[in-house]
Amino acid sequence: MQEEAVDNEVTEIRISGYGGQGVVLAGQLLGKAASLYDNKSAVFTQSYGPEARGGASCADVVVSSAPVDYPLVSHPDVLVTLFQEAYMKYRPMMKPGGILILEPDLVQVKKDEVPHHRVPATKIAEGLGRKIVANVVALGYLVGITNVVGREAVEECIRATVKKQTIDLNLRAFDAGFSLAAKERVAS
Amino acid sequence: MTPATAPAIDEHPRVISGDHFMLGDHACAEGALAAGLDFYGGYPITPSTEIMEHLAERLPAVGGTFVQMEDEIASVAAIIGASVAGARVMTATSGPGFSLMMENIGLAAIMEVPIVIVDVQRASPSTGLPTSVGQSDLLQVRWGSHGDYSVIVYCPSSPQECFDLTIAAFNAADQYRVPSFVLMDEIVGHMTERVVVPPQEKIQRVYRKRPSVPPGSPEFLPFKADEDLVPPMAHAGEGYKVHMTGLTHDERGYPSLTAQTHEKLINRIVDKVRLNADRIVRYELINTEDAEIVVVALGCTARSARRAVARARMKGIRAGMLRPITMWPFPQTVLKELAGNGVVKRFVVPEINLGQLCREVHRHTALPVTRLNHPGGAMITPDQILEALEA
Repeated sequence: MQEEAVDNEVTEIRISGYGGQGVVLAGQLLGKAASLYDNKSAVFTQSYGPEARGGASCADVVVSSAPVDYPLVSHPDVLVTLFQEAYMKYRPMMKPGGILILEPDLVQVKKDEVPHHRVPATKIAEGLGRKIVANVVALGYLVGITNVVGREAVEECIRATVKKQTIDLNLRAFDAGFSLAAKERVAS
Repeated sequence: MTPATAPAIDEHPRVISGDHFMLGDHACAEGALAAGLDFYGGYPITPSTEIMEHLAERLPAVGGTFVQMEDEIASVAAIIGASVAGARVMTATSGPGFSLMMENIGLAAIMEVPIVIVDVQRASPSTGLPTSVGQSDLLQVRWGSHGDYSVIVYCPSSPQECFDLTIAAFNAADQYRVPSFVLMDEIVGHMTERVVVPPQEKIQRVYRKRPSVPPGSPEFLPFKADEDLVPPMAHAGEGYKVHMTGLTHDERGYPSLTAQTHEKLINRIVDKVRLNADRIVRYELINTEDAEIVVVALGCTARSARRAVARARMKGIRAGMLRPITMWPFPQTVLKELAGNGVVKRFVVPEINLGQLCREVHRHTALPVTRLNHPGGAMITPDQILEALEA
């Protein structure tokens, strides 16, 4: 159907967790990589208002090969949840057949959950020496699984965005997530 | 006074030329800097606060002056004063603060002081929904202060336009000596998207006309207009004798409390925009060449409408869109042309209020106008607009 063609150009992504996990930075990196380093268009929005202070928070990115018109994420094609409360809150909104990526050490899935991707982002980040880059590990995994933006685009974006002394750490975190996704793709 | 061109410290360029992934509110602030903002006086309020926060850091760094005022009434008073002294000025607010500004907007209008006010609309009236979208200040921005006066109002629907139209607002305010407005909404202010900032030399700045005679010259009349109905502006402290008052005044600026003076002055401050409307008006047309149904939408709602029109086309519905970029002056000439072209059968007007834009559309056409309203708190979706196009 032609009508679907319009919407298929658009990928709605929600990265969710709790305040301090860096979901906003992950979303900004993704949107910025798509629109400045990958010839795509992207709109980034974040949860705003009282709910953004404590509890579940989210970063939304709409990516498209054409200019993005409607800017909001209503039913994510890709949902990343790094925290139980975020999983509970945002899982029902995910598009049927969408890609679910979660942090298994922080999210307990419901019994009848569909097949999904389990990324121990926090443990991987700890292995790299800093727990705070779990967000970028998750971002690397998301990019590796979905191909929504090119790997080089995100790497270039990281170099241009994060503090100079953390560029290397963030690139390693991104690579760790990306490589894990690549391995899983080969395995399946 | 030309602090706009004062040397900026290298690490803090006034114009950050290049491609950015930027928040709408920040793009507005950067547009103001690029336009030569010298003075910002404001009071923070959601969802405009990011504009003020951004300028609190950026403006002093490029040699400008930033003042947090005690409220929104004082904010407009402060920027009026700074503008009279020669500065390029701005303030930003949202609904409740905007209501407080109304009195001094009239003062700027009658004294013909160029000022730029940004209103990032949220769901209203009163405190309403502070963090959620609204588009219900479309008429207040035109008619909110008492009396007859004219304003110029730009409605961005993307962060790029927040940048571009803020520059346009500065230029229009100075060119016509009027209050000009950037009428944003929460969605546009709080979304982050690609913004291209051009090289500084590509950014056009229009400045107010200045007196052609030296200070002290007996023939100088501060409110004597040229043919374009706009008087050249002398700045405080330059030595010109200028009396500024909210009372009806003659060409000397002195109160002249007669019906004749009032008629002359008020007609002129209204006509200087009305008679130049075709030069000021901006709009965008999409697929209107053969359109039978035309959506009229602005701000964030135009983004939903764009999607709805594309989908309708794929279903064989001949839909198009008129997007007013200036809400005031309203693009009435093009609307009348569309209404009279024999092809358009009706208009659809989605807006986040209970019927303000559609009121203006109604005034210029006898064709049916389908309203699609929401009082605020959520965007109107492409699905809802598509449904109205199919009905």
